[in-house]
Formats: sequence, structure tokens, C-alpha cells
Amino acid sequence: MDVKFESWKEIIKDENIVFKKTKVLTDNVLSYCPGCGHGVAHRLIAETIEEMGIQDQTIGIAPVGCSVLAYEFFDIDMQQAAHGRATALATAIKRLYPNKFVFTYQGDGDLAAIGGNETLHACNRGENIVVIFINNGIYGMTGGQMAPTTLDGMVTSTSPYGRDPQIMGHPIHMTELVAKLPGTYYVTRQSVHKPANVRKAKKAIRKAFENQQQNKGLSFIEIVSNCNSGWKMTPIEANKWMEENMFKVFPLGDIKVEGQIIKEL
Amino acid sequence: MGEIRLMMGNEAIAEAAIRAGCDGYFGYPITPQSEVLEYLMAEKPYERTGMVVLQAESEVASINMLYGGGAAGKRVMTTSSSPGISLMQEGISYMAGAEIPCLIANVVRGGPGLGTIQPSQSDYFQATKGGGHGDYYLFVLAPSSVQEMSDFVKLGFEMAFKYRNPVMILSDGVIGQVMEKVELFDPIPRRTEEEIIKECPWATTGKTPNRERNIITSLDLDPIRQEKHVMHLKEKYEKMKEDAMWENIKTDDAEYLIVAYGSSARIGQKTVDLARAEGIKVGLYRPITLYPFPDKELERLSKQVKGILSVEMSLGQLVEDVRLAVHDRVPVEHYGRVGGSIHTPFQVLNALKEKIVNKY
Repeated sequence: MDVKFESWKEIIKDENIVFKKTKVLTDNVLSYCPGCGHGVAHRLIAETIEEMGIQDQTIGIAPVGCSVLAYEFFDIDMQQAAHGRATALATAIKRLYPNKFVFTYQGDGDLAAIGGNETLHACNRGENIVVIFINNGIYGMTGGQMAPTTLDGMVTSTSPYGRDPQIMGHPIHMTELVAKLPGTYYVTRQSVHKPANVRKAKKAIRKAFENQQQNKGLSFIEIVSNCNSGWKMTPIEANKWMEENMFKVFPLGDIKVEGQIIKEL
Repeated sequence: MGEIRLMMGNEAIAEAAIRAGCDGYFGYPITPQSEVLEYLMAEKPYERTGMVVLQAESEVASINMLYGGGAAGKRVMTTSSSPGISLMQEGISYMAGAEIPCLIANVVRGGPGLGTIQPSQSDYFQATKGGGHGDYYLFVLAPSSVQEMSDFVKLGFEMAFKYRNPVMILSDGVIGQVMEKVELFDPIPRRTEEEIIKECPWATTGKTPNRERNIITSLDLDPIRQEKHVMHLKEKYEKMKEDAMWENIKTDDAEYLIVAYGSSARIGQKTVDLARAEGIKVGLYRPITLYPFPDKELERLSKQVKGILSVEMSLGQLVEDVRLAVHDRVPVEHYGRVGGSIHTPFQVLNALKEKIVNKY
């Protein structure tokens, strides 16, 4: 087969393109492990920004964790926050620029452990921002340590014999916690491991940004994700393990819609 | 002439913030500076100028709110006192690394730990040697009057944006709580979004099609690039020396010198008069910027005096910078009360006689 570039020019034409990278993502190569959910989550946010035509009005906040370099991948203005403080940054930006769109992108260690206080209070104040919370139950970047959302019995490098809740506490349900705060308007838990889930997650993200556009208050989207490297599994095994174990503890679906809790907590 | 009012130091800072075109104040109550937030909440600056005022959930949150607002090019400010400033050190280090302008006022109280709510000057090292982790410095202004509490807010914002660096007003419980006459400067309008984009092309104001995206971060995993960045910061700190400020009081014919800043300088001024009444020719050298430390003028003065007493409400922190500037040319001794106690002009005079005049 002729694979010289010249021959592909005949094929790569505008009328033949059915799927391409959104312009709100840069050309930088993602730093995430193959099989990780971060790439899809990034893409869904970027697509939403593109579709709503708000690239020039959006300011994103990157956390500390695997997605610390998120600012390399979004073609928008971004700030990189100290560990856990993203919602404090977002609070100030949104209050100082009420007409701009502000979102944070945080992992479980960032949002639920070290940044627990900032998260709860930003939610309680009802800051008009979007919080994207990637929960994979482990510290990925530092090499697979126990997270606040690590499941009971789950083996990590700092719970090598499995998480013992008597000693190490229980997995924290930040999303249920913030749903109970009057400041949150939309709270949902999604995943991005299968096409149907990707579509639902996309809808949720779009709804969150529209809520911000309509000054409705804080939208909080948890995305239960995998960490095949940290969990020491293949991507396929990790997704299966996530369905069988993570979803039991962190069930998917909307929790609070239009300021009303719709699920028994 | 500006409007004259009788104000508390903390109130003067708050009023000056509104007048200096501050866009956002984010704070957390702590004695002895809670009057700043109280004044602002009562004054409703959001009605006067559109300025945002928010009581944060902690000093950790308020300093990170400064990070967000400052990185978006806004004039942002917080105030606190020693234990709260310790909590802010993480955010301050990140802001120094990411080159974010902001204004922080520390109305110092005695430590260590929860210490006391009474005045002290024991945060000198923390303010002038960085304070958080990493190689960095703040631009540090030391007011010694309510007038300067007001004036340095305006100056502080100028320096913060001139150097893209956090600026600290290092005050103390005396200057924060005392009431004095203050001449307020005329209000400066808050900048429009267009003006911010012009003045701060680096700020995260939204990526418009005519430019590349703006990223504010203190992270660079490449050690060569990070080294280059730290060396760039060093050049900035060197350049700050051009803005070093000081005040000489009765130093022309001085045979002895008191070096003191902030409230200790006010006390030292009285000591100078008491000493001169006894025929001892004493002058006072008051550093106004503590970083950059105004060492050249102090070095010059050290050539004309027989000895120097460094006076501060601490175990001896300023005295180290004094000794570095003086190069052992003349004896330098330290005197100061600690833990929230304040020295009197007579105690300083006695220390001056005992440690310096009677010996040299």
C-alpha cells in the first residue's frame, strides 16, 4: 500500500472529515497514560467550550496531580493552582470577571483531601463556576498512593495490605456532601469509559457551563475514572474493575438538578 | 490637599484600598487587624467603586483568591496578622514563582505559635527572606504611621505591578490599632478591562484570537528552564534595589545611630530627643523598604558614627541586615522587648548607653 503522504492528500479533504480534534485542545501530546480517562474528559470540556463559542471568555484552573499540566492541552487562558486550592482561585476570578466562564479541573487528592475545605466553602457560597472532579480512587502522579476516595480493602502503595477503614478511614463521598449544601445547583456523577457514558458526561458538562451562563450557581461534576497504571491493570481490566467496584461505592447519575436533590442520600 | 481624617491604622489601610482602585479584597478575621475587613464590609466599596470584598473561609483560601485575581491582572489585596500570614506562605511562594502582583499587609503580633495579640516585630525574617519555600523575595514596606498605612497601599500596588511580584506591608499591632491624623489621597479609578489587558498582556483575561493563550503557573519540570526562570527572578530582585527607601532623622551630626523600622522607629525618635537633651548626639536611621534593604545609605552613615543600636520588638532579626550593611566597621548591638511587650523610649535610651555609648 502506498503510504506516502502525497497520496493521503487526496483523502484528507474537508468534505471527507467526519471527526477531528476540537480547536480548543492544543496539538501538545497528552501526558496521560494510555487508557486513562483524563484525555476524554479534557476533550468533552474543550468541545463544550468550542460549541458554546466561549473560548475567548473561558479561564480554566489546573490542579496538582496527574492533570497538573492540563494547561498544556487546553487552548484557553489557564492558571495552575497550588494543591487543592483551585476553587479559591476560581472564586476570585469569577467574582472579579462575572461575565467570564470559569472552571476547575481537579483530582480526588486535590479536591477531596488537601482541598476539602476550599471545595466545601466554594460550593457552600454557591460560586457561579463549574467544578470537574476526576475520581479514580488513587494518587496517580505521585505513584499510586491511597486517596481519600480509595475503596475499602483497595491496595495502594500506602495501603499495601488494603485500605483498612478502622485505621485509614472510609472513602469520602464529596459529591453527596456538596449536594447537601444549598449553594450547589447541579451535582452529578458520570464516567467516560464507554461511548454511552461519554455522551452522558458531555451532556452534563454542557449543562454545567450553561448553568454558569445563566448565573444559576455552582455545578459539580464528578467523573469516576480509572487509573490502570496505579491500579496495576490493563486498561480493559481497569474499566471492568471500575464498573464492578467503583460504581458500587460511587453510583453514577444525577444527584441534584436545578437546586433540588433528586436522589436519596 | 487631600481629605483629612482621624483614623486607626487598620481603617486607613482599608480606606486606602478603595481609593487605590483595588479590585478585590479577600480576608479572614484575626486580631489585631480585623478592623480592615470590618471597615470594608461597612463601607460597601462594591457600591462606591465596584470593588469586591469577600470574607474567605481561611487565610489559605484568601491568599489563593489573590492568586486567582492577581493572575487575571486585577489589583487584589489581603490583610492578616502573624499566624494567618504563616498560613499564607504556600500561596505567597506560588505567587512569587508565577510572578503574580498582589498586596498583603501583615499587622504583626507576638509569636511564636498563637503567641499573643499584642504588637511585635518578630516576623521580619519571614517577610524579608522569602517566608515560604524556594528562592524568592517580596517587596516589603514598613509603615511607621497611620499616614504611611494609607500611602503604602497606593505605593504597594504600584510596586506589585511594576515588578509583577507580591508586595507586603509589614506593620504591627501598634500601627494597626493607633489613631492618628491621616491625609487621604484622592481616589484612583479602578482600571477597565481594556486597561488591564493593555497593562497586563500576560494576564488570564480570556484568550482572544489575536494572541496565544496565557498560562500562569509556578511549575516547570525542566530544570534548565526552571533555573533560567529563577535567575530571571534574581534580576528582578536586584532591580528592586533602585526603589529602596529610607529616612534619616538627625543623622547629620550624629555620633551614635539607632536603626529601627515601624513602631520602633517612632519610639526611637523619642529616644533621640531624650539622648540629645543629655548631650549624646544620636541619630535615627529608618529603613522604609525592608526588602530591598537600604544598605548603601546605612553603610555611609556607619562611617561617621562610633556605634549602632538596632532596635526592634524581636530577639534580633533586623540587626542581621544592619550588620551585613555595616561590615563590622563599627559595633552593632541589638535591643528589643519581645512577646507582645513594647519598649519605652527610656528603655531604649538605657540600652543605648549600656550597650554602645558607655563602651565606645
